[in-house]
Amino acid sequence: MGQKTSLERYGDKGTALGHVRGLGSARGGTHHWLLQRFTAVGNLLLVGFLVVSLALLPNYSYATVRTWLSQPVPATALALICVNTFWHARIGLQVLIEDYLDQPGNKLAALVALNVAVFGGAAFGLVSIARIALGAA
Amino acid sequence: MANRPLSPHLSIWKWGPHMAVSILHRVAGDTMAFVALPLFLWWVGALASGPEAYATFTSVVGSIPGIIVLVGISWAFFNHMSSGIRHFVLDIGAGYEIETNKRWSMASIASGIILTAAFWAAIVLI
Repeated sequence: MGQKTSLERYGDKGTALGHVRGLGSARGGTHHWLLQRFTAVGNLLLVGFLVVSLALLPNYSYATVRTWLSQPVPATALALICVNTFWHARIGLQVLIEDYLDQPGNKLAALVALNVAVFGGAAFGLVSIARIALGAA
Repeated sequence: MANRPLSPHLSIWKWGPHMAVSILHRVAGDTMAFVALPLFLWWVGALASGPEAYATFTSVVGSIPGIIVLVGISWAFFNHMSSGIRHFVLDIGAGYEIETNKRWSMASIASGIILTAAFWAAIVLI
Protein backbone atom coordinates (compact mmCIF):
# COMPACT_ATOMS: atom_id res chain seq x y z
CA MET A 1 0.00 0.00 0.00
CA GLY A 2 3.02 2.26 0.51
CA GLN A 3 1.44 4.90 2.68
CA LYS A 4 3.44 8.11 2.96
CA THR A 5 3.46 10.93 5.43
CA SER A 6 2.21 14.35 4.39
CA LEU A 7 5.80 15.58 4.44
CA GLU A 8 6.91 12.94 1.92
CA ARG A 9 3.88 13.54 -0.25
CA TYR A 10 3.92 17.32 -0.37
CA GLY A 11 7.48 18.30 0.62
CA ASP A 12 7.96 20.85 3.37
CA LYS A 13 5.46 23.36 1.96
CA GLY A 14 2.56 22.27 4.17
CA THR A 15 0.41 19.36 5.13
CA ALA A 16 -2.44 17.66 3.24
CA LEU A 17 -4.85 19.64 5.37
CA GLY A 18 -3.00 22.88 4.65
CA HIS A 19 -3.32 22.28 0.94
CA VAL A 20 -7.12 22.01 1.01
CA ARG A 21 -8.03 24.32 3.89
CA GLY A 22 -10.27 27.20 2.77
CA LEU A 23 -11.06 25.67 -0.63
CA GLY A 24 -14.48 24.38 0.42
CA SER A 25 -15.77 20.90 -0.33
CA ALA A 26 -15.04 19.05 -3.59
CA ARG A 27 -18.80 19.29 -4.27
CA GLY A 28 -18.94 15.70 -5.46
CA GLY A 29 -19.04 13.67 -2.25
CA THR A 30 -22.70 13.98 -1.35
CA HIS A 31 -23.81 13.03 -4.85
CA HIS A 32 -21.57 9.93 -4.74
CA TRP A 33 -22.86 9.01 -1.29
CA LEU A 34 -26.51 9.44 -2.35
CA LEU A 35 -26.04 7.36 -5.52
CA GLN A 36 -24.65 4.55 -3.38
CA ARG A 37 -27.86 4.65 -1.31
CA PHE A 38 -30.24 4.96 -4.28
CA THR A 39 -28.63 2.01 -6.07
CA ALA A 40 -28.64 0.10 -2.77
CA VAL A 41 -32.43 0.46 -2.52
CA GLY A 42 -32.72 -0.69 -6.13
CA ASN A 43 -30.52 -3.72 -5.43
CA LEU A 44 -32.58 -4.61 -2.38
CA LEU A 45 -35.70 -4.82 -4.57
CA LEU A 46 -34.15 -6.29 -7.73
CA VAL A 47 -31.77 -8.86 -6.27
CA GLY A 48 -34.48 -9.68 -3.72
CA PHE A 49 -36.74 -10.50 -6.66
CA LEU A 50 -34.00 -12.66 -8.24
CA VAL A 51 -33.29 -14.53 -4.98
CA VAL A 52 -36.97 -15.30 -4.36
CA SER A 53 -37.46 -16.32 -8.01
CA LEU A 54 -34.43 -18.66 -7.89
CA ALA A 55 -35.71 -20.23 -4.67
CA LEU A 56 -39.16 -20.80 -6.25
CA LEU A 57 -38.03 -22.26 -9.58
CA PRO A 58 -38.88 -25.98 -9.66
CA ASN A 59 -35.51 -26.86 -11.26
CA TYR A 60 -32.60 -25.18 -13.02
CA SER A 61 -32.74 -26.92 -16.41
CA TYR A 62 -32.07 -24.90 -19.55
CA ALA A 63 -35.73 -25.03 -20.61
CA THR A 64 -37.12 -24.00 -17.20
CA VAL A 65 -34.74 -21.10 -16.62
CA ARG A 66 -34.93 -19.82 -20.18
CA THR A 67 -38.73 -19.94 -20.22
CA TRP A 68 -38.78 -18.06 -16.92
CA LEU A 69 -36.33 -15.42 -18.15
CA SER A 70 -38.15 -14.90 -21.46
CA GLN A 71 -41.18 -13.50 -19.61
CA PRO A 72 -41.44 -9.70 -19.51
CA VAL A 73 -41.21 -9.14 -15.73
CA PRO A 74 -38.15 -11.35 -15.03
CA ALA A 75 -36.45 -10.01 -18.16
CA THR A 76 -37.09 -6.42 -17.04
CA ALA A 77 -35.85 -7.16 -13.52
CA LEU A 78 -32.66 -8.81 -14.78
CA ALA A 79 -32.01 -6.01 -17.27
CA LEU A 80 -32.35 -3.52 -14.41
CA ILE A 81 -30.03 -5.70 -12.29
CA CYS A 82 -27.39 -5.37 -15.02
CA VAL A 83 -27.54 -1.59 -14.75
CA ASN A 84 -28.05 -1.26 -11.02
CA THR A 85 -25.66 -3.83 -9.54
CA PHE A 86 -22.81 -2.80 -11.84
CA TRP A 87 -23.45 0.84 -11.00
CA HIS A 88 -23.45 0.07 -7.26
CA ALA A 89 -20.29 -2.04 -7.65
CA ARG A 90 -18.61 0.77 -9.59
CA ILE A 91 -19.30 3.24 -6.79
CA GLY A 92 -18.17 0.79 -4.08
CA LEU A 93 -15.00 -0.30 -5.87
CA GLN A 94 -14.12 3.34 -6.53
CA VAL A 95 -14.10 3.90 -2.75
CA LEU A 96 -12.02 0.73 -2.31
CA ILE A 97 -9.48 1.99 -4.86
CA GLU A 98 -9.36 5.43 -3.28
CA ASP A 99 -8.82 3.87 0.16
CA TYR A 100 -6.09 1.39 -0.72
CA LEU A 101 -4.22 2.73 -3.77
CA ASP A 102 -1.85 5.48 -2.78
CA GLN A 103 0.02 6.30 -5.99
CA PRO A 104 -1.92 8.67 -8.30
CA GLY A 105 -0.87 6.68 -11.41
CA ASN A 106 -2.03 3.34 -9.99
CA LYS A 107 -5.23 4.94 -8.81
CA LEU A 108 -6.02 6.37 -12.25
CA ALA A 109 -5.19 3.07 -13.99
CA ALA A 110 -7.41 1.14 -11.57
CA LEU A 111 -10.30 3.57 -12.04
CA VAL A 112 -10.00 3.34 -15.84
CA ALA A 113 -9.94 -0.47 -15.66
CA LEU A 114 -12.94 -0.40 -13.32
CA ASN A 115 -14.96 1.71 -15.74
CA VAL A 116 -14.10 -0.51 -18.70
CA ALA A 117 -15.05 -3.63 -16.71
CA VAL A 118 -18.39 -2.40 -15.38
CA PHE A 119 -19.62 -0.84 -18.62
CA GLY A 120 -18.50 -3.93 -20.57
CA GLY A 121 -20.10 -6.29 -18.05
CA ALA A 122 -23.40 -4.44 -17.88
CA ALA A 123 -23.64 -4.22 -21.69
CA PHE A 124 -22.90 -7.95 -22.09
CA GLY A 125 -25.62 -8.79 -19.56
CA LEU A 126 -28.16 -6.50 -21.25
CA VAL A 127 -27.47 -7.97 -24.70
CA SER A 128 -27.76 -11.55 -23.35
CA ILE A 129 -31.07 -10.81 -21.61
CA ALA A 130 -32.41 -8.98 -24.67
CA ARG A 131 -31.63 -12.02 -26.85
CA ILE A 132 -33.52 -14.30 -24.45
CA ALA A 133 -36.45 -11.93 -23.95
CA LEU A 134 -36.86 -11.27 -27.68
CA GLY A 135 -36.66 -14.96 -28.52
CA ALA A 136 -33.44 -15.16 -30.54
CA ALA A 137 -32.22 -18.75 -30.86
CA MET B 1 11.80 12.73 7.72
CA ALA B 2 8.88 12.86 10.09
CA ASN B 3 7.80 9.29 10.84
CA ARG B 4 4.51 10.14 12.49
CA PRO B 5 1.74 7.56 12.87
CA LEU B 6 -0.95 7.83 10.20
CA SER B 7 -4.60 8.03 11.14
CA PRO B 8 -6.54 5.79 11.45
CA HIS B 9 -3.96 3.57 13.07
CA LEU B 10 -6.02 0.43 13.54
CA SER B 11 -3.70 -1.28 15.99
CA ILE B 12 -4.67 0.91 18.95
CA TRP B 13 -8.41 0.10 18.82
CA LYS B 14 -10.02 -2.68 20.79
CA TRP B 15 -11.71 -5.03 18.32
CA GLY B 16 -15.53 -4.86 18.48
CA PRO B 17 -18.58 -6.13 16.56
CA HIS B 18 -19.00 -2.78 14.76
CA MET B 19 -15.52 -3.21 13.26
CA ALA B 20 -16.27 -6.80 12.24
CA VAL B 21 -19.54 -5.83 10.55
CA SER B 22 -17.79 -2.97 8.76
CA ILE B 23 -15.00 -5.05 7.25
CA LEU B 24 -17.40 -7.93 6.48
CA HIS B 25 -19.58 -5.43 4.58
CA ARG B 26 -16.60 -4.55 2.41
CA VAL B 27 -15.43 -8.16 2.02
CA ALA B 28 -18.94 -9.30 1.03
CA GLY B 29 -19.40 -6.41 -1.39
CA ASP B 30 -16.06 -7.09 -3.07
CA THR B 31 -16.81 -10.82 -3.23
CA MET B 32 -19.95 -10.00 -5.20
CA ALA B 33 -18.18 -7.50 -7.44
CA PHE B 34 -15.33 -9.88 -8.30
CA VAL B 35 -17.06 -13.29 -8.18
CA ALA B 36 -20.87 -12.97 -8.25
CA LEU B 37 -21.16 -10.43 -11.08
CA PRO B 38 -18.85 -12.37 -13.46
CA LEU B 39 -20.77 -15.55 -12.60
CA PHE B 40 -24.08 -13.76 -13.24
CA LEU B 41 -22.79 -12.70 -16.67
CA TRP B 42 -21.68 -16.27 -17.43
CA TRP B 43 -25.16 -17.48 -16.40
CA VAL B 44 -27.16 -15.09 -18.63
CA GLY B 45 -24.54 -15.39 -21.42
CA ALA B 46 -24.82 -19.20 -21.34
CA LEU B 47 -28.63 -19.00 -21.32
CA ALA B 48 -28.50 -16.70 -24.34
CA SER B 49 -25.97 -18.90 -26.17
CA GLY B 50 -27.85 -22.20 -26.06
CA PRO B 51 -28.17 -25.59 -24.31
CA GLU B 52 -24.51 -26.63 -24.79
CA ALA B 53 -23.14 -23.45 -23.24
CA TYR B 54 -25.67 -23.75 -20.40
CA ALA B 55 -24.65 -27.39 -19.82
CA THR B 56 -21.02 -26.28 -19.46
CA PHE B 57 -22.10 -23.62 -16.98
CA THR B 58 -24.21 -26.01 -14.86
CA SER B 59 -21.53 -28.71 -14.86
CA VAL B 60 -19.01 -26.23 -13.37
CA VAL B 61 -21.41 -24.47 -11.00
CA GLY B 62 -23.13 -27.71 -9.97
CA SER B 63 -19.85 -29.41 -8.98
CA ILE B 64 -18.85 -29.52 -5.31
CA PRO B 65 -16.40 -26.57 -5.56
CA GLY B 66 -19.01 -24.71 -7.63
CA ILE B 67 -21.68 -25.17 -4.97
CA ILE B 68 -19.24 -23.99 -2.28
CA VAL B 69 -18.70 -20.82 -4.34
CA LEU B 70 -22.48 -20.39 -4.74
CA VAL B 71 -23.01 -20.73 -0.99
CA GLY B 72 -20.24 -18.16 -0.45
CA ILE B 73 -21.86 -15.76 -2.91
CA SER B 74 -25.29 -16.17 -1.31
CA TRP B 75 -23.75 -15.45 2.11
CA ALA B 76 -22.02 -12.38 0.62
CA PHE B 77 -25.38 -11.13 -0.65
CA PHE B 78 -27.35 -11.73 2.56
CA ASN B 79 -24.54 -10.39 4.73
CA HIS B 80 -24.11 -7.25 2.59
CA MET B 81 -27.89 -6.78 2.50
CA SER B 82 -28.19 -7.06 6.30
CA SER B 83 -25.30 -4.71 7.06
CA GLY B 84 -26.52 -2.41 4.26
CA ILE B 85 -29.90 -2.10 5.99
CA ARG B 86 -27.96 -1.36 9.19
CA HIS B 87 -26.22 1.43 7.24
CA PHE B 88 -29.61 2.94 6.36
CA VAL B 89 -30.53 3.00 10.06
CA LEU B 90 -27.19 4.63 10.95
CA ASP B 91 -27.73 7.12 8.11
CA ILE B 92 -30.85 8.50 9.80
CA GLY B 93 -28.77 9.07 12.94
CA ALA B 94 -30.04 6.12 14.99
CA GLY B 95 -28.20 3.28 16.70
CA TYR B 96 -24.93 4.92 17.76
CA GLU B 97 -25.27 4.18 21.51
CA ILE B 98 -22.61 1.61 22.44
CA GLU B 99 -24.93 -1.20 23.56
CA THR B 100 -27.46 -0.65 20.73
CA ASN B 101 -24.68 -0.48 18.16
CA LYS B 102 -23.14 -3.69 19.49
CA ARG B 103 -26.50 -5.48 19.49
CA TRP B 104 -27.42 -4.52 15.91
CA SER B 105 -23.91 -5.24 14.66
CA MET B 106 -24.13 -8.78 15.95
CA ALA B 107 -27.73 -9.07 14.71
CA SER B 108 -26.72 -8.11 11.16
CA ILE B 109 -23.91 -10.70 11.12
CA ALA B 110 -26.33 -13.34 12.45
CA SER B 111 -28.99 -12.29 9.96
CA GLY B 112 -26.59 -12.84 7.04
CA ILE B 113 -25.92 -16.40 8.17
CA ILE B 114 -29.57 -17.22 8.98
CA LEU B 115 -30.88 -15.89 5.64
CA THR B 116 -28.20 -17.86 3.76
CA ALA B 117 -29.33 -21.04 5.55
CA ALA B 118 -33.00 -20.24 4.86
CA PHE B 119 -32.27 -19.61 1.17
CA TRP B 120 -30.53 -22.96 0.71
CA ALA B 121 -33.26 -24.72 2.65
CA ALA B 122 -35.77 -23.22 0.18
CA ILE B 123 -33.63 -24.30 -2.80
CA VAL B 124 -33.44 -27.87 -1.53
CA LEU B 125 -37.06 -28.14 -0.38
CA ILE B 126 -38.98 -26.35 -3.16
